[in-house]
Amino acid sequence: MYLRKTILATGVAISALATASFAHAEPTAEVLHWWTSGGEAKAVAALKEDFEAKGGKWVDSPVAGGGGDAAMTVLRSRVLSGDAPAAVQLKGPAIQDWAEQGALADLNDVAEAEGWDKVIPPAIQDVMKYEGDYVAVPVNIHRVDWIWANPTLLAKVGATEAPKTWDEFNALADKLKAAGITPVAHGGQPWQDATVFETVVLGLGGPEFFQKALVDLDEDALKSDTMKAVFDQMRKIRGYVDADFPGRDWNLATAMVMNGEAAMQIMGDWAKGEFLAAGKVPGKDFICSATPSEHGYLFNVDSFAMFNVSGDDKVEGQKLLAELIVGEKFQETFNLLKGSIPARLGVSLDKFDDCAKKSEADLLAAQEAGGFLPSMAHGMALRGHLSGAIVDVVTAHFNSDMSSDEAVSRLVEAVELAKD
Amino acid sequence: MGASQSTESNLTARIQRHLSKIVVAPSFAASLFFVYGFILWTGYMAFSKSRMLPVWDWAGLRQYERLWQMERWHVAIENLLVFGGLFIVTCLIIGCLLAVLLDQRIRAEGALRTIFLYPMALSFIVTGTVWKWLLNPGLGLESMMHDFGWTSFKFDWLVNSDMAIYTVVIAAVWQASGFVMAMFLAALRGVDQDIIRAAYMDGASLPRIYFGIIIPSIRPVFLSAIVVLAHLAVKSFDLVIALTGGGPGYASDLPATFMYTMAFQRNQLGVGAASAMMMLATVMAIIVPYLYSELRGGKKNG
Repeated sequence: MYLRKTILATGVAISALATASFAHAEPTAEVLHWWTSGGEAKAVAALKEDFEAKGGKWVDSPVAGGGGDAAMTVLRSRVLSGDAPAAVQLKGPAIQDWAEQGALADLNDVAEAEGWDKVIPPAIQDVMKYEGDYVAVPVNIHRVDWIWANPTLLAKVGATEAPKTWDEFNALADKLKAAGITPVAHGGQPWQDATVFETVVLGLGGPEFFQKALVDLDEDALKSDTMKAVFDQMRKIRGYVDADFPGRDWNLATAMVMNGEAAMQIMGDWAKGEFLAAGKVPGKDFICSATPSEHGYLFNVDSFAMFNVSGDDKVEGQKLLAELIVGEKFQETFNLLKGSIPARLGVSLDKFDDCAKKSEADLLAAQEAGGFLPSMAHGMALRGHLSGAIVDVVTAHFNSDMSSDEAVSRLVEAVELAKD
Repeated sequence: MGASQSTESNLTARIQRHLSKIVVAPSFAASLFFVYGFILWTGYMAFSKSRMLPVWDWAGLRQYERLWQMERWHVAIENLLVFGGLFIVTCLIIGCLLAVLLDQRIRAEGALRTIFLYPMALSFIVTGTVWKWLLNPGLGLESMMHDFGWTSFKFDWLVNSDMAIYTVVIAAVWQASGFVMAMFLAALRGVDQDIIRAAYMDGASLPRIYFGIIIPSIRPVFLSAIVVLAHLAVKSFDLVIALTGGGPGYASDLPATFMYTMAFQRNQLGVGAASAMMMLATVMAIIVPYLYSELRGGKKNG
């Protein structure tokens, strides 16, 4: 009798559990992203595994192509039809654009519970927040202002390290050129031209000038003599690249440094992935050094913006996803695969390489000195139409014999036109 | 019974009478909506304040003003004139010449015709990529000539901002001139042989026969070829993307690549829509007179 009762009770309990789990569907999150190849795809798979281990249901929506343009087109139509994905790979001021449309969800309760304000660098918090509310979560910090150098080629002209000032840079490049070595590996695509440009702005003008010119778009800064000097330096760099640079992809330029065809490349730390994938050792086979600047650090942060979704399972899934993304475990696995450093401070970097450790040390120093700034070339500092207008001028100047004076006046004009 | 039969046959007859209209109706409705509907929508967008998302706020001619103030749009328009002009003229000359040469009752004409026509079967992306490799100074023609020992050889148009647009012309001509040749060849074959023989009897030379009789008699084909080539030129997008990526800088931008950049990369839907309307106007300027002359000609014959 007692036994029968127990069985009955167990049965009831089991069926009750079953009903409960039916009523509370598993947390679901649809993730729209364009990380479909190589290390990036692996990094997303790591997140998916974490999410599913916590009982979530992951709906993958990868849209490859066009560096995210295709995904943005999909996003537009999804939002317009009222069926936004829970999380979308989105970065920089684009987050503010979508938040202004009222399309983004508020993550403040997760942020408070997890103490994001304490672990995420303030400059990055600004990017993730809209009117003080968290609407997006950062996954990594890429540094843009790096020089990747080939030590064997530098040794040929008696240099042991990458240059510390732009004058040194020019002197070294002249020596290399005289020795018959291509000083700078560069790919002539507008965003790559802009990458070099912004590191020169940071170096010659300093962090304060960078902020004024490329973040606040201050007209006096844009047409200042410093900006002219920046364009002069760009013209010099143009003389240091080989003849076949137009249209070259960045990874081919990295390969030139790796194979000893060129001495240096100015590129973000995704270039490190190419070296590491080829089995090269930092410090020995290649040098990673910041481009010359006074404690400057240009960041490029990938993030996921959380869109308004309806239904408890979806809201819950979204919150779980946000919590996992900022969590230490994911930040470590993801960034080991991606070549960047964690977007939350205090994650142990023991498993990371020397360049990553340098990146974090420089980050802290730059934060102290006020030089921790968003990258313009990679869509962190300005909205698409504004940075696009600047990039147009930079690339037109770099690929022609336009004078620095003309470049500066065109810059002011283009920014003015894009503003209204 | 008899009455219902007659209504039935009545119905069948009515359906048969309208069958062609019924069959055409869905595709007519679809193109009305998806083509003309969206043209109207784009037209409206060009007058709106749209940036990232389409909005309905009226902005008047502001987007057109901004478009025409953009240095990059002027580059794109100039490139279209250079590219379109050279592309059409060169294709016509090469196509016509090839057709005349093939028309000389030579051996293996079928094989040659196929060879010349074959590039048309390729996608513009393939053409662009292949020519990118051929014209790249470090990989293709120039480096080959250097390897042969002709070290002073220089052909760097692809990486030269002043010349990059001409490489697009080269690749496009390579692709399309075979098609023009096929059009001309068909027309040449349709010329009345008796007239040619008569001219021959009268002692006219071969060039004279071609310039005096044959080419004037195939004039309508020129017009068709120009219309086909002109709209190819205005809408060309994939070739530029594959060959130069619009570069160096934006030196080889065309209106179509400009439109894509503005609408899909820069959150400037309004300016993108305005540039799309300018492209439409360009095509219209070519097509409308053509259609007008065609339709009028049709009436005359009928």
